[in-house]
Amino acid sequence: MSAGVPPLSGPPRPQAKGLNCPKCGAAIVLRSFGQAVTVVCASCHCVLDAKDPNLAILQQFEAITHDVKPLIPLGTRGKLRGTDFEVVGFQRRHCKIEGITYSWHEYILFNPFKGIRYLSEYNGHWNDISICKTLPNVDRAFLNSPASSAGYLGESYRHFQTADANTDFVLGEFPWQVRVGEHAVVTDFVHPPRILSSEKMANEVTWSIGEYMYGREIWECFKLPGTPPEPTGVFANQPSPVTANVTAIWVTFAAFAVFLLVLMATFDMRAKKEPVLQQTYQYNRADAKSEASFVSDEFALGGGTSTVQVKTYAPVNNHWIYLNYALINLDTGQAWDFGREVSYYHGYDSDGSWTEGKQTDSVVIPSVPAGHYYLRVEPEIDPSLPRIAYTVDVIRDVPVFGIYGIAFVALLLPALLISWRAYTFERSRWSESDHPPMQLSGSSEDDD
Amino acid sequence: MTQPVANCPNCGAKIVFRWSSSVQTVCEYCKSILVRTDVDLKKVGQVADLPPDSSPIQINTEGKYGNKAFVVVGRILYEYDQGGWNEWHVMMNDGTSAWLSDAQNEYAVSFPSKAPNLPPAAQVHVGQQFTWNSQPYTVSVITPAHYRGVEGELPFQYWDKTNVTFVDLRTESGKFATLDYSDPEPALYLGESMEFDDLKLKNLRSFEGW
Repeated sequence: MSAGVPPLSGPPRPQAKGLNCPKCGAAIVLRSFGQAVTVVCASCHCVLDAKDPNLAILQQFEAITHDVKPLIPLGTRGKLRGTDFEVVGFQRRHCKIEGITYSWHEYILFNPFKGIRYLSEYNGHWNDISICKTLPNVDRAFLNSPASSAGYLGESYRHFQTADANTDFVLGEFPWQVRVGEHAVVTDFVHPPRILSSEKMANEVTWSIGEYMYGREIWECFKLPGTPPEPTGVFANQPSPVTANVTAIWVTFAAFAVFLLVLMATFDMRAKKEPVLQQTYQYNRADAKSEASFVSDEFALGGGTSTVQVKTYAPVNNHWIYLNYALINLDTGQAWDFGREVSYYHGYDSDGSWTEGKQTDSVVIPSVPAGHYYLRVEPEIDPSLPRIAYTVDVIRDVPVFGIYGIAFVALLLPALLISWRAYTFERSRWSESDHPPMQLSGSSEDDD
Repeated sequence: MTQPVANCPNCGAKIVFRWSSSVQTVCEYCKSILVRTDVDLKKVGQVADLPPDSSPIQINTEGKYGNKAFVVVGRILYEYDQGGWNEWHVMMNDGTSAWLSDAQNEYAVSFPSKAPNLPPAAQVHVGQQFTWNSQPYTVSVITPAHYRGVEGELPFQYWDKTNVTFVDLRTESGKFATLDYSDPEPALYLGESMEFDDLKLKNLRSFEGW
């Protein structure tokens, strides 16, 4: 056994290495052990080769904006979805769309067992991003023109945006050869709350999958002081506040509507609709004064407590009649009073012919017990009408449909409201994409 | 399982083959690369100390692949212009040999496979598709790399090959393939990406502060 040679097995025990910047002498801490490929000096912004024990200077960039401060300081540890991660790097990137510069921040997170993870932040919107282990399925034509969709792990993602991303500020450690001015074509596909992105650099395409996170979740994960910046606008993969599935709501609504129709049909079929009285009365102004009111023949209402329909027909022609009715129970004396008007007017004006009212009227009295009844009628007739004959029909047990109308509207309103909220949210989302919805509402926002 | 025992021809230290089909090992003490000529060992070279690296895996790390248990018996450390990665040689409990690669903590398990008409390195480009085992594989990256070091037991003889081309391929179902151009005949490895947690690794390295 040769002495003095350290055994090879028994791994070296790396720890955060203390080094100094060759340019300014500031202390450099390497947090991601051997994974760091480049490290950026926090004080002079030299981009250094982390693989070189002497930290050769790779690039020196002017930090034009000294105010770029990571919201999560480098070295902060947090538990992200069950795994501890340490923030080791930070970069700011921007893209220009129609002359407007949009900037966002990316954090590089590290765990010695699970590897690298990323967080991105734009206007208070966060994403937890990891590199795809499985190849997404994209129409190969996408390499030249934006594909409409991409498939990943059995889910379909819609193309959102393709933009040139440029790195303009870096800090800390990177698992790749990062440089200020680094340029990539980033293509985003969304399936909220997830975002599938491809980054195309000179010779490689990297796919990543992100999941939307709220600022307060990030603050909780990393135990950050204060409150996170309020998100502004709607982000590409931000989950809609309308958590319910709009399609499912309409399916449920349709099911209820069918149920109501069946209920209506059933009650309509089961209703007896039994005519119990039909009488025609003559009104003659000449002898009207003697008898202002009169009573009908007696009639029987059978069955249990049920509805009674009173129909009035009068051949009025640019006149009106008004009938004060009372349905009176012979046995108990209980009375139901109601007044009905029959009026029909028509004529011509500058807009053409018009009509108002009709020659028939119908009313349903609910919950009338069985028994013997008669109608008391007190007519009031248009003074310009000398005489008229009118017919009164009494029908026992008719179905009532008004309640179904109320139920229908009560179901329709929330469905409409939810759909409208979902629609306006999706509109805001897609208005920021390469496929903005039409300016006029009502049309579909994009083809699926 | 029988474990062939021999002594290092260089320093005389005891060499135990944990995997009975190992062709090569590295003496733990003097770092001589030893080739097995059943069971006399021949020293063919010496490796420099492995540079410190950050793989959480080490020789004797145990894990699971599906319902098979495995133990790590050796490794090759490769280096390329963006860093390095480890190919850990693992022995499954059914006696087969496989590779567990760790590239910046992205893990994959692969097995040596056979397929006809493997393309020469010069004809492969990113985005190209190949079909093996009726799965469409797409070339995701081509990496020129070189050996940085070896450790433990390996299923083939390590020579001082300088630059080697590796072609990584992926499928839409999470399968993974490597074309290894170390030898005149390309070698194909087929496997799949693995989540760290699914490998159920034990005997890992510890990291200070973690």
